[in-house]
Amino acid sequence: MKPFTPEIHWDETVISIRDLYKSFGQNHVLRGVNLDLHRGENIVVLGRSGTGKSVLIKIISALLYPDSGTVNVLGLEVETLKHDELRDLRLKIGFCFQNGALYDSMTVGENLAFPLRRNMPHMSKRERDERIATVLEAVGLSQTINQMPAELSGGQRKRIGIGRTLILRPEIMLYDEPTAGLDPITCTDINNLINEVQKRFKTSSIIITHDLACAKATGDKIAVMKEGRFIKEGSFEEVFSDNDELIREFYDYNFIQ
Amino acid sequence: MGSTERSEQPVITKGIDKFFLNFYDILKFVLRFFKEMFTPPYEGREFVRQCYYIGNKSLLLITLTGFITGLVFTKQSRPSLAEFGATSWLPSLISIAVIRALAPLVTALICAGKVGSSIGAELASMKVTEQIDAMEVSAINPFKYLVVTRVMACMLCVPLLMAYTGLVAMTGSYLDIHLNEQTSLAIFVQNAFEKISFLDFFSSFIKTLFYGFTIGIVSCYQGYHATQGTQGVGKAANVSVVISMFLIFIEEIIIVQVINMLR
Ligand SMILES: Nc1ncnc2c1ncn2[C@@H]1O[C@H](COP(=O)(O)OP(=O)(O)O)[C@@H](O)[C@H]1O
Ligand SMILES: [Mg+2]
Repeated sequence: MKPFTPEIHWDETVISIRDLYKSFGQNHVLRGVNLDLHRGENIVVLGRSGTGKSVLIKIISALLYPDSGTVNVLGLEVETLKHDELRDLRLKIGFCFQNGALYDSMTVGENLAFPLRRNMPHMSKRERDERIATVLEAVGLSQTINQMPAELSGGQRKRIGIGRTLILRPEIMLYDEPTAGLDPITCTDINNLINEVQKRFKTSSIIITHDLACAKATGDKIAVMKEGRFIKEGSFEEVFSDNDELIREFYDYNFIQ
Repeated sequence: MGSTERSEQPVITKGIDKFFLNFYDILKFVLRFFKEMFTPPYEGREFVRQCYYIGNKSLLLITLTGFITGLVFTKQSRPSLAEFGATSWLPSLISIAVIRALAPLVTALICAGKVGSSIGAELASMKVTEQIDAMEVSAINPFKYLVVTRVMACMLCVPLLMAYTGLVAMTGSYLDIHLNEQTSLAIFVQNAFEKISFLDFFSSFIKTLFYGFTIGIVSCYQGYHATQGTQGVGKAANVSVVISMFLIFIEEIIIVQVINMLR
């Protein structure tokens, strides 16, 4: 069970989503999503695969555009941003992809250096190396700096993926299925890492998962998604204590998985 | 979108259909290329690295094919010329064939096979493993970094490789002629360049510039828009080669017509 997080600023919203709709042709994926993420908070979005969880965070980081509704991130309407404004906003949002999405032609160290080189060209090499070392230490993989992504295990790759997004010091972290496809022990490691990142780097996060253990360990709040909208929100106990048919169904599904 | 779904049409012709249906997308892709090509910052290092890869990947095959083309073409042409006692025309016949047609085409087809497929597969695998999205969200312009550099590298390297192919093919031809007709190098070179004009070099250069552009754009487009997981990677590589080659032949026909009007 996740301990109480004292650092949440309930008076400050970093992401605010209202009436979000998104369809791909006849496939109506998001059908009226509303969500508020407060500064310092970890929200877990729980839902079966194919319910549109990834689409939701891709809209937040402007990889996809919504059909209607508004997405406000750090006080800015994502859809209306100009090229340069979007670029600046993206530096404040860290997106952790499902399988790490490491650049497989580069070593771990180069993977971490790449976003820095591009976005902070005036940073000195020493400062860059220091940042890389800090991040690698934070994800517990300092020894892999010269390895290629192909030589890493699935769990290590996800950690480096998280590290690569941390290197730009984002205010918001979006995790796409951080524990999918990992063994239970590695899952626990990743869950701890997510909580540590929240504390140490003072991030606010949206964590997407269909893994109840991950939701329980990392979420200050759980939001359950079904058929393109949130059907239930609250702490883990609030969501799972009652005998709501839909929630039970999800619980069963998770055990079968 | 299940992976078990079987389409009736073979993958390749379906790819070609799709390519032309997506004509508007492709046009946008090409326009974006020209727009981003001229806006700074420029990705010099990645461009040089791509040029190196292209050369590295195709040089051995091009050397071998170029040499054999020159040698065999000389051997095959000799009997026909010998009938008229005109084997002394061999050098100029070969040089016209090599510089006007063989070198550009051989180079382009080999590059389409080697370079096109590898660019298609590389970008497609980056796409399906979300590496391209990862660049986008960390405020790096993936189009500029991946597409512009590769297309420009193709546009530089295919003409250079064509010049090299021509040289190697002429060497192969010279060896055969030297062994059979005892022609000296000086005479061979003099004969070879007798019937060749500046327009021939120029048109071959322009042709290969178009071929390089075609190979780069087609394979980058296929890779950049790959879908369907790992299956899409093989498909992108495959379709890149087929469509590049197809377009190269069409361009060859058109450009030859235009050049002949100028002549
Ligand atoms: N770029 C896209 N184009 C078309 N359909 C998409 C695209 N991205 C996602 N979808 C569809 O949206 C639905 C939800 O996808 P996704 O958000 O990835 O689900 P999940 O909740 O498992 O992350 C799926 O049916 C998927 O096929
Ligand atoms: Mg997903």
